[in-house]
Amino acid sequence: MKTLRDTWLVFQRHMLLLTRSPLSILLGVAQPVVYLALFAPLLKPALSSMGADSMTDAYRIYVPGMLVALALGGGLYVGFGLLAELASGVIERARVTPVSRAALLLGRALRDVVVLVVQAAIIIVLAMPLGLFVHVQDLLLAYALLALITLSSSAVSYGIALKVSDPNALGQVVNNIAQPLMLLSGTLLPLALAPLWLRRVSDWNPFSRAVVGMRALFAGHTGDASVWQSIALLAAVAVLALAWSARLFARSVR
Amino acid sequence: MIETRGLRKSFRTGRRRKSTTVEAVSGLDLTVGEGEIFGFLGPNGAGKTTTLRMLATLLPPDGGEAVVAGADLRTAQAAVRRNIGYVAQGGGTWDQVTAREELVMQARMHGVGRAEAQTRAAAALDAFDLTAYADRHCRTYSGGQRRRVDIALGVVHRPKVLFLDEPTSGLDPQSRAHMWDEIRRLRTEGMTVFLTTHYLDEADALCDRIAIIDGGGIVAEGTPAELKRGIAGEVVTVEVAEHAAKAVEVLAQQDCVRSAELREEGDLRLSVDAGETAMPRIMRALAEVGVELTTIELHRPTLDDVFLTRTGRSLRES
Repeated sequence: MKTLRDTWLVFQRHMLLLTRSPLSILLGVAQPVVYLALFAPLLKPALSSMGADSMTDAYRIYVPGMLVALALGGGLYVGFGLLAELASGVIERARVTPVSRAALLLGRALRDVVVLVVQAAIIIVLAMPLGLFVHVQDLLLAYALLALITLSSSAVSYGIALKVSDPNALGQVVNNIAQPLMLLSGTLLPLALAPLWLRRVSDWNPFSRAVVGMRALFAGHTGDASVWQSIALLAAVAVLALAWSARLFARSVR
Repeated sequence: MIETRGLRKSFRTGRRRKSTTVEAVSGLDLTVGEGEIFGFLGPNGAGKTTTLRMLATLLPPDGGEAVVAGADLRTAQAAVRRNIGYVAQGGGTWDQVTAREELVMQARMHGVGRAEAQTRAAAALDAFDLTAYADRHCRTYSGGQRRRVDIALGVVHRPKVLFLDEPTSGLDPQSRAHMWDEIRRLRTEGMTVFLTTHYLDEADALCDRIAIIDGGGIVAEGTPAELKRGIAGEVVTVEVAEHAAKAVEVLAQQDCVRSAELREEGDLRLSVDAGETAMPRIMRALAEVGVELTTIELHRPTLDDVFLTRTGRSLRES
């Protein structure tokens, strides 16, 4: 109960901060929009291997992958914000209070989910004139999947930030985690083009499963096994990541 | 209110193979009474902040025991946190949030309900003279205003003990005087205040009792008056035009002079029990042997003299 109340408290504070600097949401979505406009058109020939015959088909395959990349990549960089908060003393101030340590993490991770939901909405709306189409129930499931991805990636990022406690080192570590996860998830280029060994490796990447699930949802295949499988898998990943990070929050009494 | 026995903390520095252990705090014994303003005076790196952070549950001690506000620091951290406020040296507010919002949030983090938190925030703003700026973003505040917000945040939940790390560091003289008044007001409300400072005048004027810390350990403890009385009386400096060596010899034999030393050419430093009565005798003794004195000055001991006596160096130099 206390953890829930405190999580809500921390979340409220961060939402307040978000409304005070709304530009940060738009800046986060700038890169995906550029990709949408400049990168996706290059993909039509590449995506033909996945059954894309037109630009519309290409967007229906590309945009879900990009949303996964946004949730994964955006989440992995939230640790920088935490380091700034650690430096400014606001976290230390919270740590002298009896506020739940897990709430300090959960409230922030939920804020990250809200940011992602807004960013994803912007991308989806922008992609609609290009031929993207999705049913409401599929969209809700897609959001659930994206929320789980964001919870995982931001929890991991906060955990790493607490471990390394240095922005330069955090950048290196995050890059080294994000790059292989992105490449092995088929978000940018489809893995159908990959050699067999690469596909076998990517089978072990939960985010690659998430991309498959997302594409099924945006293709309107709600009942596809990849949908519930990816949601279940990512739920497990999110729980593990949050548990790891919450333990670090509780322990590193800095 | 605060009692420590053998509190220790050391840090490892450097890379794994070449790492050295630095004793930041070595075996600290302290007792701070209820309703006291207790000052921790020492140079930078003496272990003041480390001690404060340990007592405020931010840093686990390596050894020793401490009871803060009736709760064991090692086994009942949650109980300690309920009863203390802590204000870090650099404070800690979000730039784009108002002082009122910060105070409400801080009270809520201490478990206070929403309506009550609003009431307490308003009361704290009023008490710290912040109402006029209460709804402006924190980044617009001056140094003095920001510091008052920091301290208001530390007491909004009405703790029994307040820890202040260098509360007036970097403030202009007027804001400093204002801050001292605020801290004294907290004492009249029954709060125990534990502060660190490297300002001699602050320790002297503000604190009921002080502990002088150097190299991780306490070198002296008591009220400022006790500490100053404890060092070798008062100091009289005498300047003579010539025959300085003879003057030292003569003065060292006087009953009222504990010791006499020649510091520079013609500049004598005498340590005496009571300066007022010693000065005429010194002048007479010098006149009797025909040494002409150009100036004579009485110095009351300062806390810096206490520090000098106990550590062999001046606090201003270290």
